[in-house]
Amino acid sequence: MKAFTSHTGLVVAMDRANVDTDQIIPKQFLKRIERTGFGEFLFWDWTKLDDGSPNPDFELNKPEAQGASVLLTRRNFGCGSSREHAPWSLEDYGFRVIIAPSFADIFYNNCFKNGMLPIQLSDPQVEELFRRTAEHTGYELTANLDTCTLSDAHGFSQSFEVQPFRRHCLLNGLDDIDLTLEHEEKISAYEASHA
Amino acid sequence: MTASASSPRTLFQKIWDNHVVHAEEGRQTILYIDLQLVHEVTSAQAFEGLRLAGRPVRRPERTVATADHNVPTSDRSLPILDKISKQQIDTLRDNCQEFDIQHYDLNDPNQGIVHVIGPELGYTQPGMTIVCGDSHTSTHGAFGALAFGIGTSEVEHVLATQTLLQFKPKTLELCVDGQLLPHVTAKDLILYLIGQITTDGGTGYCVEYTGEAIRGLTVENRMTVCNMSIEAGARAGMIAPDETTYDYLRGRKFVPQDFDAAVELWKQLPTDEGAEYDKSLQFKAADIAPQVTWGTNPGLVVSVDGKVPTPADFDDATEQKTAAGALDYMGLQGGEPITDLKLDRVFIGSCTNARIEDLRAAAVVAKGHTVSEHVSAMVVPGSGQVKLQAEKEGLDRVFKEAGFDWREAGCSMCLAMNPDKLAPGERCASTSNRNFEGRQGKGGRTHLVSPAMAAAAAVAGHFVDIRDWK
Repeated sequence: MKAFTSHTGLVVAMDRANVDTDQIIPKQFLKRIERTGFGEFLFWDWTKLDDGSPNPDFELNKPEAQGASVLLTRRNFGCGSSREHAPWSLEDYGFRVIIAPSFADIFYNNCFKNGMLPIQLSDPQVEELFRRTAEHTGYELTANLDTCTLSDAHGFSQSFEVQPFRRHCLLNGLDDIDLTLEHEEKISAYEASHA
Repeated sequence: MTASASSPRTLFQKIWDNHVVHAEEGRQTILYIDLQLVHEVTSAQAFEGLRLAGRPVRRPERTVATADHNVPTSDRSLPILDKISKQQIDTLRDNCQEFDIQHYDLNDPNQGIVHVIGPELGYTQPGMTIVCGDSHTSTHGAFGALAFGIGTSEVEHVLATQTLLQFKPKTLELCVDGQLLPHVTAKDLILYLIGQITTDGGTGYCVEYTGEAIRGLTVENRMTVCNMSIEAGARAGMIAPDETTYDYLRGRKFVPQDFDAAVELWKQLPTDEGAEYDKSLQFKAADIAPQVTWGTNPGLVVSVDGKVPTPADFDDATEQKTAAGALDYMGLQGGEPITDLKLDRVFIGSCTNARIEDLRAAAVVAKGHTVSEHVSAMVVPGSGQVKLQAEKEGLDRVFKEAGFDWREAGCSMCLAMNPDKLAPGERCASTSNRNFEGRQGKGGRTHLVSPAMAAAAAVAGHFVDIRDWK
């Protein structure tokens, strides 16, 4: 798994709640059998107008959002389908950090498997970041997983919580299957006693 | 490793305790997985991961596969026209062959939606841990199993280790007292509950559904309830096993050979008297009317005799914005009586509502009527076995005579990965589980309802209150 220690990047604000994984990556792109190359299909239905041309009003299409790697959004991000194609497409597009008041469980879990850091903050904290993103052109945030701090160049600094073991695995890019197979004897013992 | 047997435990806690392989403070528990269900859309990358790492499938006999999401529901003797779909279906077949996994292929009489065939064949049993790379795996909780959806990395993890790394979720009891009123179904019950607790009210929890209304449901209806747990944000939803459960399972192909001995063990599973949930909510069955969703998530729902709300009906700014966006997408103003909404399409199908009892309920309504001339309606059985049974009972004739399209089994227009989809702007009454933007086709407008309500809407051409149906 890809490691994550610290990341500084341009923020794009997406003022929408309950963004589901069908929006993040629509079904027609789930037919591929590869794990890569999903970035160009991210938020497909929102990025395009009916005639297929880019939708100039969509948050990610705006000139100031180009090169963004930090996604700021509202509650329950990533709800719905368990498709890991959702984090694959966000990561492939270039996102490394997603900030929201809450995440759907399966999506949250899938992010860690793909070297992306989902950061959960309170509603007022998220509101403050929306305000700052609107206020400062080219607004950037730094997410430091080592210190569990989110900060900007204008005096904002906020600690965030990540379950310690998830943090340890993401910092070191540890492979879950390898970790589990360290306990292979216990799996065998379990199977023997439940045969 | 396990909690003291003397302290009262919930159904969830018992299953969890029974499956702990290794637990360590501050780390995810290694949880044993009894059964993994696999389908074509979320598995190819997992098998590829195994190949790249040179890892075998640890317990191939604990994995069962079928193609459902991406399969055509038209004539199966014809070749699949979509080359990429075909490649995905072929890849599943090849992977199952390579790793020695039981696969119910497209022309197998037992092919069907993975959450329909698992229970139908008796793979799904009380007390099990069951996973699948699909969020509607919660369906299997209807048997008193701990069942939840996982990502593809986790599919690979289970294939390689037959375990999963899990943080223990909290428990949420949703208790529905009293009996459902006539014409109110399991689908109405779960839509009502999601409307009450909202689309993320169950996030972080495993739900247990309790109360008289739940106990009174058939197993198939319980599956409808548990199926949509994820639409309230809960990865898993479960119902304690009882005689109804055992009666359903008895005689199915893959149940334990000594069935009576298994039943004795399963009888230990229900939540003990005095066991505590992290949170409990009470509801009254008598408050529940037939439901229709009006928005773009399943929590945006009203009774059929109600009206589409307006943004002003919501409290906070984010909810108002969500409501305004949903109305805009759905082509609604707000304030319209639900029964005034005119339909273009009707879809009866999906892992939520495509079992035999669902088709019977729809057929009773459709019998002797004709689908409205401005509606195109389709029925997609949940499995080959459901289709066969329906044809034995003559339900296919009822539907065809009324003008419904009778199809082959699969996920079909629930997620519209195959050719079955809505055109932009089309309004659809659907027995499926998600009314997300574009879910049934880009620009399509989905209203979630029960099978009987969908059938009645197909005939009338607009929503009708099934309680008034003649």
